[in-house]
Amino acid sequence: MFDTLDPVVLARLQFAANMTFHILFPSVSIALAWFLLFFKLRYRATGDTAWMEAYRFWIKVFALTFALGVVSGVTMSFQFGTNWPGYMEKVGNVAGPLLAYEVLTAFFLEATFLGIMLFGQRRVGDRMHTLATFLVAFGTTLSAFWILALDSWMQTPAGFVMVDGKAHVTDWWAVIFNPSFPYRFSHMLLASALTVCFLIAGLSAYRWQRGERTLAVGHALRSGLILAAVLIPLQIVAGDMHGLNTLHHQPAKLAAMEGLWQTEAGAPAVLFGLPDEASRSNRFEIAIPKLASLYLVHELDGSVRGLADFGDRHPPVAPVFWAFRVMVGVALLMLAAAWCGAWQIHRRGLPGPTLMKLLVPLSFIGWPAVVAGWYVTEIGRQPYLVSGVLTTAEAASSVPAGMIASTLLLYLGLYLGLLVSYVSVLFYLARKAPDKPLAPLASSAPRFLLAGVHHD
Amino acid sequence: MTDAALPNLAAQAGWLPLAFLFIMGLAILAYVVLDGYDLGVGILLRTAPEEDKDTMVNAIGPFWDANETWLVLGVGILLTAFPLAHGAILTALYLPVALMLAGLILRGVAFDFRVKAQADHKPLWNALFSAGSLLATAAQGYMVGALVCGFRSGWLPTLFSLFIALCLVAAYNLLGAGWLLIKTSGALQQRALAWAQGSLRLTLCGVIAVSAVTPLVSPHVLDRWFAGPNFVLLLPIPVLTGLLVGVIHFYLGHLPEQLRRGDERHAWVPFAATVGIFVLAFLGLAYSLFPYLVVDRLTLWQAASDPEALRVIFAGSVVVLPMILAYTAYMYRVFSGKATPLEYY
Repeated sequence: MFDTLDPVVLARLQFAANMTFHILFPSVSIALAWFLLFFKLRYRATGDTAWMEAYRFWIKVFALTFALGVVSGVTMSFQFGTNWPGYMEKVGNVAGPLLAYEVLTAFFLEATFLGIMLFGQRRVGDRMHTLATFLVAFGTTLSAFWILALDSWMQTPAGFVMVDGKAHVTDWWAVIFNPSFPYRFSHMLLASALTVCFLIAGLSAYRWQRGERTLAVGHALRSGLILAAVLIPLQIVAGDMHGLNTLHHQPAKLAAMEGLWQTEAGAPAVLFGLPDEASRSNRFEIAIPKLASLYLVHELDGSVRGLADFGDRHPPVAPVFWAFRVMVGVALLMLAAAWCGAWQIHRRGLPGPTLMKLLVPLSFIGWPAVVAGWYVTEIGRQPYLVSGVLTTAEAASSVPAGMIASTLLLYLGLYLGLLVSYVSVLFYLARKAPDKPLAPLASSAPRFLLAGVHHD
Repeated sequence: MTDAALPNLAAQAGWLPLAFLFIMGLAILAYVVLDGYDLGVGILLRTAPEEDKDTMVNAIGPFWDANETWLVLGVGILLTAFPLAHGAILTALYLPVALMLAGLILRGVAFDFRVKAQADHKPLWNALFSAGSLLATAAQGYMVGALVCGFRSGWLPTLFSLFIALCLVAAYNLLGAGWLLIKTSGALQQRALAWAQGSLRLTLCGVIAVSAVTPLVSPHVLDRWFAGPNFVLLLPIPVLTGLLVGVIHFYLGHLPEQLRRGDERHAWVPFAATVGIFVLAFLGLAYSLFPYLVVDRLTLWQAASDPEALRVIFAGSVVVLPMILAYTAYMYRVFSGKATPLEYY
């Protein structure tokens, strides 16, 4: 019944579904691991048990998030080969080592010390437990480093030569620190931090409103909002620099993001429009003349290349155009919420009741921005899998459409169920009566911390 | 039949693929043994009474994630060092792989959901934990069967693969029960003895079935076992396997009484002997298939990446793998001793 479908489209859909589901969880766990380390270090520095209570609530969220990230990541290690055999054939000399280093240096580190972090609190000293927390955070970030190096190399390949149709590395430094990598890596780490800031602020506001007005909830709420207020302007700057980098190295992607069909001097900034591939123009366009030229090339009459320059070698315009607007829209919303929150915290120690209410539905606001951002960059790379080197269609496998379609349905069903469970369990954890309060810090006996306290 | 002659092992294109075959074999063996016991405990959870379930999950809790990482390493090496074989094998096993992944996803998340979701959802997550473990194990067994049959289609290979799936479920149950003997005490420990008893026979059937069928599939394998003095030289593999089965059988007979007296000295024996059986079966299979990654079709040298990529990965592996082994050993030391139901953070 599925055999009339195009296997390349199905393989892309399946991979996109897995990537979309997967990225939700690392985008939480990367930064949340560092948050946990921060809570733990604050506790060690101040002896204030409220920090430890915050740690103990958020480590549950972390454990669940990490598990979802792991299982969806395992799936991907199989799909690289089953969905895109042409990929390893052509650029295996680059992709192979980067993927292998991710497994070797990051996966084992985070998985092993996660065990100690989650289960070992009473079995190792507090210092070792803090070290385990650090190593997990370090491992998640290292994992992001390798995979973003590879993804960035696919966007802006460097440090290699093509011999007999295969990529051969000439300079590993240039491969890893390829032109778009520093921008993409910092953009993603900031995105993860902001996702977690709003998750922490949102769930804490939810707990606060349900009457759990404890020091621990207050600490978490303030930490989340204040960090968000600091990071969101940095993220906007990082995003802008990433955009300029894209203009330089992947002009077709940028033209799609901006919805610019023709190359022109004094290009307009398109605020709204419906990109139409048939007429190669935007319908119902609302644009500000010359603004795009101003912010892209810093001259009112600067020339910006339009999609017409690239023939048919440009990405599908509408999804890139819209995903970009979703990402920017969320950023502006985050800016408003975080700055209001920081201002109110500055004035009276906590956000006001209206903002408290608003923060709850914003708990997962990072997700649409992260997913939209990845759609911009990954769809924006099409029709290539590796820019200028390998097209997506060339890399696709010969697995029959029916098999891809049926497993796609299997995965989609699973992912939908798990997503609903994840979000509802997070709110359930927030609603549940808090653990018994901790005894104050005993200066000489770190193992005493949780002794005799039965939790979960 | 493609040329199976050894290439020049002094050249990088000769010895590097061999080194990676060794590392990949190590990763797969580590995965089968390590995730094997936690998958086994997962399957057994279904039959355990309510009060034992938390202890059983805690007995594998700190370990499972790292255990599963060996699968990612094994598949990662297959992908990066032998990309042609990755494509050929995983495309041939497309559906069982998808089912295995679905199983691994379900059990991996059920692990956390079962203690974090509403109390009245716990039985559901327990059931999914068990079902996911069963599905993943059966799918892996099916894949072993298909690999042994050289991915031939038809009802006979399918039937054989289904039978191996059943046997691997028993074998993982045996590993899981052996693990519980070490990590638990009291009534649960006694129950683990009964579980081990119940899985031993089918495990043995699986080992025999794979050993009997592998040589029939290809004249190449038949030759490797029965040409000239080979069989005599290889005799230790079946003999030791039989011996280990005997050891398990003997101790399963004596342990109930010893453990009841609180004598734990031999509680580790069934697990260790089961690991031994897995190692021997693995060696036998590896010997049969070598140098093929896909029987009679693709040797490891034909499937290998360029030496330049292998060299880079090899350098990293030599440095990092000992570190991984060291901190894994540290973690097992931290969590040595009996599991308790109260240990989760």
